[in-house]
Amino acid sequence: MYFIVEKRKIWFLISLILILPSLLFMAWSGATRGEILPLSIDYTGGSVWEIGFSQAVQPAAVRQVFVDAGYGDTTVFTVNNDSTAQIKFKPVDAAEKERLRLLLEEKFGESQELTYRSLGPAVGREVSQAAWVALIAASLLILLYIAWAFRSVPHPFRYGVAAVVALAHDVLVSLSFLSLMNLVAGWELDALTLTAILTVIGYSVNDTVVIFDRLRENIHRYRNESLAVVANRSIIETATRSIGTQITVFLIVVAILVLGGATLQQFVATMLVGFISGMYSSIFTATPILVAWDERSLFDRNGQQVSSLKAAA
Amino acid sequence: MRNAKISLALIVVLAALALYIVLPVPHPQWLVRSENAGQPTPLELKLGLDLQGGTQVMLEADLPEGRDLQTGAMETAKLIVERRVNSLGVSEAVVQNQGENRITAELPGVNNPDQAIETIRSTGQLEFVDPQGQALQQGMIINTTNKPSAVQDYLTSAGSDPLATPYGETLFETVMTGDVLRTAIARQDQFNMWEIGFELTGSGSEQFFNYTSANIGQQMAIVLDGVVLSAPTIQAAIRDQGVITGQFGEQEANSLAIQMRYGALPVPLKVMDVRSISATLGQDSVRSSLIAGLIGMGAVLLFMILMYRLPGLLADVALIFYVLLNLAIYKLVPVTLTLAGIAGFLLSVGMAVDANILIFERLREELRSGRSPRLAVEAGFSRAWPAIFDSNLTTLISCAVLYVFGNQFGASIVKGYALTLGLGVLLSMLTAYLATLTFMRILLGSRSQRSEAARAIVGY
Repeated sequence: MYFIVEKRKIWFLISLILILPSLLFMAWSGATRGEILPLSIDYTGGSVWEIGFSQAVQPAAVRQVFVDAGYGDTTVFTVNNDSTAQIKFKPVDAAEKERLRLLLEEKFGESQELTYRSLGPAVGREVSQAAWVALIAASLLILLYIAWAFRSVPHPFRYGVAAVVALAHDVLVSLSFLSLMNLVAGWELDALTLTAILTVIGYSVNDTVVIFDRLRENIHRYRNESLAVVANRSIIETATRSIGTQITVFLIVVAILVLGGATLQQFVATMLVGFISGMYSSIFTATPILVAWDERSLFDRNGQQVSSLKAAA
Repeated sequence: MRNAKISLALIVVLAALALYIVLPVPHPQWLVRSENAGQPTPLELKLGLDLQGGTQVMLEADLPEGRDLQTGAMETAKLIVERRVNSLGVSEAVVQNQGENRITAELPGVNNPDQAIETIRSTGQLEFVDPQGQALQQGMIINTTNKPSAVQDYLTSAGSDPLATPYGETLFETVMTGDVLRTAIARQDQFNMWEIGFELTGSGSEQFFNYTSANIGQQMAIVLDGVVLSAPTIQAAIRDQGVITGQFGEQEANSLAIQMRYGALPVPLKVMDVRSISATLGQDSVRSSLIAGLIGMGAVLLFMILMYRLPGLLADVALIFYVLLNLAIYKLVPVTLTLAGIAGFLLSVGMAVDANILIFERLREELRSGRSPRLAVEAGFSRAWPAIFDSNLTTLISCAVLYVFGNQFGASIVKGYALTLGLGVLLSMLTAYLATLTFMRILLGSRSQRSEAARAIVGY
């Protein structure tokens, strides 16, 4: 027999290590930048301008043009290749934009506008609020649905809570990844990345539900076994499915990541990290939490197991 | 078994229909959507702005402090923005009201966003034009001394406004501009006929009187942004106030009055959000996501065969059926495909495969426990179903939340993604139920009841 839920101390420790970067980043960013997350202009307002030049450009040199023109709060990255610059600055009107374009061309030669985005701060704030509402609403609805779907087992509410804790775990792990990438490559949480995170939520729960579903079935079948034993059994029984599904999802996600072009890279990479976390959390977070709750001990098995199984309806 | 055959027939018919819709062959009129006022567009996949390149603009009513938005003002503004967008010659542009005080315009193929936005926001100019004896009609585009290049502008923008007809090179004389008007309202006369009553400003009335008294019995064209709104005949000299009569409907009269009153936009608009993507980048995205999709799909199909053998092959057939259904629905609805939408679709493929895997794993278990193949198919499916249903439903919940979120803020990226993923999840449940189950029943139900055969087929 395998002992998975019994070793939860280790699993929770691993989770903590994975989550910690996001928490540290939020604390640091909140203290130094005033925003706990690296929000893109989708939430803060501003302009993003992606320009392809006919020659390689230095981000610092491009930035200098903007600083000289009076836009001190400008960041520049090169994307895809050395000759494509992504410039983030304050929203400007059409005439001002044209002036900046001429300044750039004067210095770096011919250019081609690839994308341009400009958003007022008020709209950004609204979107940001709505995003939080969306996240919380999705989590709550999922919790309620699971509690309802598992009404035939004792303490169905716990299943909902465990699934939501697992999904919060996955969101935090995704944010850890995003935080690291923010420091390394300037990635930001934009509308598309938020979409990736919401997908991770859906997927994470999807995975958790498959194990819980087996648990729901096994609880009725093996009425004399402790929840820990049934939980281990359910994890093992669903393992082949988990591996099979994970491979197919990987095949697709990796294909998009490698071949899908630069626009989708951040979206897909965040999603991939979230998916991996989702696979981990359904086995090593959600299920152990259920058992820990039942045994009334977060880290160790203790003697006074509450044998709720026998009360199974 | 009979049920299985009926289902199989249904699948074949559905697949054939879907294939017919997906293939780029001529389709009958009733299938072809006609959004552009009667101009039929061929049945094709609709690409979002990020894939074909273009500009998306969000405009907001920019009212001075303390002034309230009049009811209907945004709807009127939308109509006017729409007309201007059409005059830019943008095909398949979408203009929508959003919330209480916003308008979004999606302009595919527009690669000079700044100019487009200026055109949309400009307070267009109303003119009274001397038709010089020509019979001008509503919807004609004419050159006037005030706007001598209206026809040229229209032609160079390769216009698609179906209501507009350019009137050649004649230059008409602008007699007065809209600032002579104090107000204009739509009202009904004693016979319940709709008419537009207007008043003139102090200085305007003199000009108006001079012109109308000299041209009684002649036409006078009312022109906005180069487009003839109306060309009434002058019945009498008009000094302070006048009436335009005609065969107006209520809406027509209202719209004319509003356009006369405000020149153009009933409310000033300011730009809140501009997003533009170059066509080259869009094409690159289409190409790379197509390659990614094909390779990803191919890898999944191959994996299923390697892992599950014959049932894997059947799952592949079911999967191709699933993809066809999706594409057909995209074309019929039509669903606007964005990059995120494609990602959502590919992800839903993953979920469709998951449903098959769940069923096969259960099937293997049932066979291992010694059930006959026929019973194992039924038991395996009914055991796998709750997991498929519950897990897909939670995904649908987050799709619904995303859709609402995206809809509220004109985040068409998010909306498109939620739509394709949600649609995919629904169809994947249908496919699992209809196709996979039917295939398994036919394959394992009709063969001999010996489990060795099943063993060989399923490979457990």
